[in-house]
Amino acid sequence: YLPILGLPEFRANASRIALGDNSPAIKENRIGSVQSLGGTGALRIGAEFLRRWYNGNNNTATPVYISAPSWENHNSVFVDAGFKDIRTYRYWDAAKRGLDLQGLLDDMEKAPEFSIFILHACAHNPTGTDPTPDQWKQIAAVMKRRFLFPFFDSAYQGFASGSLDKDAWAVRYFVSEGFELFCAQSFSKNFGLYNERVGNLTVVGKDADNVQRVLSQMEKIVRTTWSNPPSQGARIVATTLSSPQLFAEWKDNVKTMADRVLLMRSELRSRLESLGTPGTWNHITEQIGMFSFTGLNPKQVEYMIKEKHIYLMASGRINMCGLTTKNLDYVAKSIHEAVTKIQ
Amino acid sequence: SSWWSHVEMGPPDPILGVTEAFKRDTNSKKMNLGVGAYRDDNGKPYVLNCVRKAEAMIASKKMDKEYLPIGGLADFTRASAELALGENSEAFKSGRYVTVQGISGTGSLRIGANFLQRFFKSSRDVYLPKPSWGNHTPIFRDAGLQLQAYRYYDPKTCSLDFSGAMDDISKIPEKSIIVLHACAHNPTGVDPRQEQWKELAAMVKKRNLLVYFDMAYQGFASGDINRDAWAVRYFIEQGINVILSQSYAKNMGLYGERAGAFTVICSDAEEAKRVESQLKILIRPMYSNPPLNGARIASIILNTPDLRKEWLVEVKGMADRIISMRTQLVSNLKKEGSSHNWQHITDQIGMFCFTGLKPEQVERLIKEFSIYMTKDGRISVAGVTSGNVGYLAHAIHQVTK
Repeated sequence: YLPILGLPEFRANASRIALGDNSPAIKENRIGSVQSLGGTGALRIGAEFLRRWYNGNNNTATPVYISAPSWENHNSVFVDAGFKDIRTYRYWDAAKRGLDLQGLLDDMEKAPEFSIFILHACAHNPTGTDPTPDQWKQIAAVMKRRFLFPFFDSAYQGFASGSLDKDAWAVRYFVSEGFELFCAQSFSKNFGLYNERVGNLTVVGKDADNVQRVLSQMEKIVRTTWSNPPSQGARIVATTLSSPQLFAEWKDNVKTMADRVLLMRSELRSRLESLGTPGTWNHITEQIGMFSFTGLNPKQVEYMIKEKHIYLMASGRINMCGLTTKNLDYVAKSIHEAVTKIQ
Repeated sequence: SSWWSHVEMGPPDPILGVTEAFKRDTNSKKMNLGVGAYRDDNGKPYVLNCVRKAEAMIASKKMDKEYLPIGGLADFTRASAELALGENSEAFKSGRYVTVQGISGTGSLRIGANFLQRFFKSSRDVYLPKPSWGNHTPIFRDAGLQLQAYRYYDPKTCSLDFSGAMDDISKIPEKSIIVLHACAHNPTGVDPRQEQWKELAAMVKKRNLLVYFDMAYQGFASGDINRDAWAVRYFIEQGINVILSQSYAKNMGLYGERAGAFTVICSDAEEAKRVESQLKILIRPMYSNPPLNGARIASIILNTPDLRKEWLVEVKGMADRIISMRTQLVSNLKKEGSSHNWQHITDQIGMFCFTGLKPEQVERLIKEFSIYMTKDGRISVAGVTSGNVGYLAHAIHQVTK
């Protein structure tokens, strides 16, 4: 068996990857880590802890804000953890196909103090639209002033831009601004370890004593959920992160994956623009990560599925990883057809 | 100031605390009898040969790491159901069951507990045997259920208080939930005999109780997988649609791989499909889908005839070693000159033994002899070897004479 909180070498390395080697929080010994079953498991442990211990004891009425749209499972995680008041904050502006920053900031201003906000650290799922560093600064300022709790979901570190540090910028900025926060990490995509269920919940607190007590309570939550986590995937990640050669090789592998996605984005956009497909397609290369919100409406999506055998979400979200040099032409032509034939 | 100023320090886990104290001890004769993991006769962890072979097969195939379905690896869940129910089981053959992969025993228990909280509206009460595995209570409580108890262990005889159990169970309100340990009761090692299981089945049927079997030691208890699953199979044959949690941590030594399964016996295959859909809805917001490795190893072993045969031999080997240690402990106690009746040590079955030692005696064993166990006098027989059984007998005699 591993210890309840997981493999120590994994936990320390995983949190170090998120927070950075020079993180003040690590130096000041005020971080904790819980090895979890994927990013989902980390979210759930964090959610269960917050429901029991945040903003009072067992305060199920604390509002939890999830971006509109977001990964559907976010909602279920917090509902099943016992929260009764789950709300959305404005995020995606469908008309301009970008971030609705004003709406977002406005919702944060109006949110009750102490509300919990689920933030996507990078490569927002499903829109692929992230705040810029400057926008993150504005978000952090409001959250600090209104005592809002940041719960980061980091499922794509390295996978989004190709750079671990760049993709962790937002989390690290919040830490440098003195926030106490949670960050649910997944190693499913950036390590390709999907079915090994490798995740980590990073806890940043005011000091070591607070973090220690938090972890002792998280341990109790873990004990009744899965007792202790699976060892295989954590050993792979720990070994890789703690060996200079393997770490360098991994960073290279991650960049390779990220670059292929970036290539598919630019290739798809250029084909659509060459075809003269109605609408603007710059969002395809401006968005980041695995997913793209194409802008296709449900009827157009249905056309893609039924007539062209191209499967995507009703929201118009496509997984860019499904594109290859062999199918780019077919997909581009199909999108063109869908947009021109169906309104 | 911090959001967490009011967060209390959680109490240390009593079982883990034993191991931690053991690690700090510098006495060369020290023994860790708290750990719930099998050790070989050299006191070392034992990785089964069939597991190594399965691992080699997996490595050679260079499979991808794509997500499993939410309900887990199909070859594993089917083989798991067949292992528990028996290949000739009507319930198995008709398909009127659903089995989902769980995170070993704990995860499977929790899925079941969450399922009961959401869908078993007749009662919030879960009846556990007294005593039961320490983690049962917080699992059911965290799932939102209430805990009750029925008499089970008789400390005077160190065996089953059968009349007490039957009496208490006869008074359980109808449609309550009752947890039964399928074999190798944890922590006492005291199991009902088959005639007693028959009476228990008749009683729970009469009281119309929902039966939740926890089977963490199939094969590991008696050395015979069919014998250890007898109670589960008998109940189902009597028309009791049980729910069941299985673990492969001990019987396949897959501890850290977290291989387990949760099963619901249903009225028919159609009901099983509906139940399955709801189980998936429960699992998805917990951890999305389960880890593959342990389930893949277990599946290969169960589904490959040669490996399955080898596994049955190895699991019997582990069970036999434990039975042998029980026998040696009793004979060594006699040799020491102990006048107490230690028959319960060989009557009890499985990894654990309720010695009957009192907390003061346990304290002395820890302090004077560096022999570590939990305060309730429970020892893990798996931690006993032919090399240290004499020392253990000597120490026990010293504190009980």
